[in-house]
Amino acid sequence: MRNPYLPYPVRIESIVTETEDRNLKTFKFVFLNKEDEEAFKYTPGQFAELSVPGQGEIPIGIASSPTEKGFIMFTVNKVGKVSSFMHNMQEGDIMGVRGPMGNWYPWETLEGKNVVIVGGGFAFTTLRSSIVYMLHPDNRSRFGNIDVVYGARMPGLLLYKEELAAWEQRDDIGMHITVDSTDDPNWKYNVGFVPAVTKEKAPTAENSYAIICGPPIMIKFTLPVLTELGFPPERIISSLEMRMKCGIGICGRCNLGTEYVCKDGPVFTLQELAQLPNEY
Amino acid sequence: MSEIYISKEKFPEVVGQLMSHGRVFGPVFQGQFHEFARLDKPEDIDLSFQNTRLSPKDLFHPHSERMFTYSLAKDDPERSILKEAPKDYSPSVVLGIRPCDAKAFQLDDRNFDTETIKDPWWVERRKTTTLVGLACNDPCNTCFCTSMETGPFDASGLDVLMVDVGDGYVARSVTDKGKECLSTLKGVQTVPAQAAEKEAQAKKAAEESMGQVLDMKPIYEKNTLELFHDPLWEEVHFSCINCGTCTFVCPTCWCFDIQDEVQGDSGERLRLWDSCMFPLFTFHGSGHNPRSQKIQRVRQRFMHKLKYYPEKYKDGPACVGCGRCVKGCPVNIDIRHVARLMAASCSCPA
Repeated sequence: MRNPYLPYPVRIESIVTETEDRNLKTFKFVFLNKEDEEAFKYTPGQFAELSVPGQGEIPIGIASSPTEKGFIMFTVNKVGKVSSFMHNMQEGDIMGVRGPMGNWYPWETLEGKNVVIVGGGFAFTTLRSSIVYMLHPDNRSRFGNIDVVYGARMPGLLLYKEELAAWEQRDDIGMHITVDSTDDPNWKYNVGFVPAVTKEKAPTAENSYAIICGPPIMIKFTLPVLTELGFPPERIISSLEMRMKCGIGICGRCNLGTEYVCKDGPVFTLQELAQLPNEY
Repeated sequence: MSEIYISKEKFPEVVGQLMSHGRVFGPVFQGQFHEFARLDKPEDIDLSFQNTRLSPKDLFHPHSERMFTYSLAKDDPERSILKEAPKDYSPSVVLGIRPCDAKAFQLDDRNFDTETIKDPWWVERRKTTTLVGLACNDPCNTCFCTSMETGPFDASGLDVLMVDVGDGYVARSVTDKGKECLSTLKGVQTVPAQAAEKEAQAKKAAEESMGQVLDMKPIYEKNTLELFHDPLWEEVHFSCINCGTCTFVCPTCWCFDIQDEVQGDSGERLRLWDSCMFPLFTFHGSGHNPRSQKIQRVRQRFMHKLKYYPEKYKDGPACVGCGRCVKGCPVNIDIRHVARLMAASCSCPA
């Protein structure tokens, strides 16, 4: 068995600054060894440990979709030692990736269902992976309606702007992009908080599942809206963040009661979370 | 399975034979305390101890362990590529380990050695190590192993169990690995009838001296969230100073941190013991901390040992009753008292 603590060596292929506050950068990695790329089989919703020798490791959601070949992609917010260091790295630099880790959004359960995605701020990474995955020609027919409510404080803080614009043009996905406020007279989309926009667009709860990721305050005010729309707790899915080290359920810090967020999560339904201590 | 008798006179010679086959670790009197250490000569071992201050978990899960090394030199073609640090996996014997500590390793195995994930260092060391235990004829007053599904003569975590019968030791193998270990020894005797008798008496006396001080069943039957939200934690956490001594000495506290250290152009990735008592343990990069309060951290430690672990693995507590945390706690927090509060069977602290 391969040493689960040993990262696959990767090369930074490209770095894109996503937001106008320059706090979020998207890194595309290419595996140095072809066989590592084959071993790294992931499903949207999973995460990996980004490993920078000399700095440490950080758990980050995988933003690329397994339908995109030849690279893996992560969007990293600059908050601590490793992420700040990464923001100063250059294309061509060598680092490591360990994973994939954790569970994923329940794609088999979602088959034949409508999917409502609600995202806020920079928590849109594994949601991007999910949207790209569902829109792939091989997969699109497996799902019913797809609705996306995605909000940020202002237009400059939205991730993946070109892709958002492209999805807006499609007729097989209902995009509801919103910002809290803007003084841009050419802003074409919604203005308003995510809970309010979700309520206004009112995607059907019939035969539907909701996936919600975002800042705690957004989640707090959106959950009652989803409940009002008719989503029961077992059909509301969320993904948690935790401080992690090993990422494989051994080092002991990311537990909620009996469950380790790194191994048994990060994806939980609201119903599952209600049974666990709320230490997140 | 095989059984032998080793007289105390012959014992150093037998230790010497074990040392000629590989590394031998045992309780050694260092300064003021007995600690497990590698023996340099057979006389180093001192079996006249009740229990060591620290658990021997360090032998499988070192306090600080080099995981990987790497170069950061600009012109190095292997720059930033992690290499596994070499380890000594040669066969070893841990001689004189207490049954409770051996049982603790079995509980820890569930964490380090699962069907899907195997911690390579833990698994390899477990595989190449033979545990030759020494039964406790004289348990400490802080010991409560008999209430924690093990006991002073519990052989279940061991490869060989030795019992002190006065003028010598009776050693019985428990596993094939233990049988093989005993078969290499020369100059040992068959077990005399009176030694076997003394062995049975010692077992009875030791177990009776401890009795059952706790009933864990009510804890297992209680609802997790009810216990989690119970006001008892207000009382339990009050005096705690979050020093982490309890987690440091505990044989079933395995939590660790991973850190990089760099000197010049070369770096290493280290694994270091960590503790749920420390706020940094769960501190997010964003500044958020799900266990920022002392009460949350204290509750986590006891809930993990006495409720989460038994619930997750459908098996006894992640505590073997060695009593080290009771002895070491500077503010006298006693896990037996906490367990009683959790079971709400209050028979008042021991």
